[in-house]
Amino acid sequence: MPEPVILVDQLVKRYGKTVAVGGVSFTVERGVTAALLGGNGAGKTTTLSILLGLLLPSSGTVHVFGEDVLRHRYRVLPRINFSSPYVDLPHRLTVRQNLSIYARLYGVERRAETIELLARDLQIKPLLDRPSGKLSSGQKTRVALAKALLNEPELLLLDEPTASLDPDTGDWVRGYLEAYRDRTGATILLASHNMAEVERLCSQVMMMKEGQIVDRGSPDELILRYGRTNLEEVFLQIARDKRTVLEPVS
Amino acid sequence: MTSPAMRRFGEAAFSPARVWAMLLRYLYILRSSWPRTIELLYWPTLQMLIWGFMSQFLRSNSSYVAQAFGVLLGAVMLWDLLFRSQLGLTISFLEEMWARNLGQLFVTPLRPYEWLLSLLAMSVIRVTIGIVPAALLAIPLYHYSIFAMGLPLVAFLAVLMAMGWALGLAICGGILRHGMGAESLAWTVIFALAPLSCIYYPVTTLPYWLRPLAWALPSTYVFEGMRAVLFGQNFRTDYFLSAIGLDLIYLAFGATIFFIAFRDARRRGALLQMGE
Repeated sequence: MPEPVILVDQLVKRYGKTVAVGGVSFTVERGVTAALLGGNGAGKTTTLSILLGLLLPSSGTVHVFGEDVLRHRYRVLPRINFSSPYVDLPHRLTVRQNLSIYARLYGVERRAETIELLARDLQIKPLLDRPSGKLSSGQKTRVALAKALLNEPELLLLDEPTASLDPDTGDWVRGYLEAYRDRTGATILLASHNMAEVERLCSQVMMMKEGQIVDRGSPDELILRYGRTNLEEVFLQIARDKRTVLEPVS
Repeated sequence: MTSPAMRRFGEAAFSPARVWAMLLRYLYILRSSWPRTIELLYWPTLQMLIWGFMSQFLRSNSSYVAQAFGVLLGAVMLWDLLFRSQLGLTISFLEEMWARNLGQLFVTPLRPYEWLLSLLAMSVIRVTIGIVPAALLAIPLYHYSIFAMGLPLVAFLAVLMAMGWALGLAICGGILRHGMGAESLAWTVIFALAPLSCIYYPVTTLPYWLRPLAWALPSTYVFEGMRAVLFGQNFRTDYFLSAIGLDLIYLAFGATIFFIAFRDARRRGALLQMGE
């Protein structure tokens, strides 16, 4: 059986007495698009941050491509990338300058060519010489995606990839991500509370609530299990469940 | 798929290319705003003008300045160099805070020490842009050249740059630990050391009980050493070696504070959140 791309075991993150992530375990196989789904404060971004090595966990282990991220993150980082609407690229630099610097940090060969290709694919060519701070939300998202694809990552971590986008741009981004996954066989893990996005993109969903995974499965399995018609209703049922945290699913 | 060459590049413990990438980023920032470049020149030039005219006045009214015209002008330029080397490092660091960019940077293969090297290199560039034009302007204005000090000047520059970096590293650590609320440290901390550095007066001016504190600063050795050179004595090698020794201690201390604060920021999740 092939080794999973992501293997998270009993991950805990505490801030003083507050438990942000409380013993989360999951795996994601190669080529799969998976989602961490949950409301605000459910622990999605915290989990992503730990996977990226930006945040140290209180306990637990995280393996990516078979490497312990806590001990060997620099074996992992060249092969992954990340995009979030909440982390901007520096505003005063042009899009081209920003992309060029990140391309250098990843050691991208044929930088100019790679940037031109990504700019063409993501339709940001006219934006390349504009300051990053002058872009609209939709343009920023596409530029952030270009930055996240510079090193052609085998694992792409996305924090709410289509937040604050109009439906048309959001749909375009989802289509692009699907095409990227199908073309490269990359694994994608996204944190989201956009149910339509998750239903369309993901074959594996982990429902998070108060720092724990309270249920998991494919979107269809979850909808069937809860007797609902769509993932949004499943989400609402879990979010409104009177118990503080449902029984964690092992 | 990520190419094997990119994987090797990312796994390499040190890469000059990554340092250059960060340096390039700061150069782009500097180039993007001419008022910032002007600001680099503005204060050192203004200081030089004020103290240059003051020195001209005192030359005919003070035997101290009459003996060595450059004693005040040289001091103000060297003090500015110390301040600018610290500020040059912390401002580039703050650029990342203002841009909320740490989260993006540290998911790349960039190592914290490579980032630091780029900050140090940027400090040298900012100091050069700020101080050299002021020093050159003093030549036609006052017929005074700080470069006439010769090799001792190189020693003084090295000691002061290193002290500025040590201080800058500790300040960056403080900002990483306490967030942007501690931003003002970048502009204020160094001035607490000014009276003890004995920039314009000899250490003997200080009360006895303060002198050990003054001698604990590398800058004090530089200003005492500069006066010795300007008043016709030899270059004080003993001062230089003491200052270098202290610099090494403070650099190790500053770097330790920085790396502890960086690790603590990873523990607290501050790399993603930190910003204005």
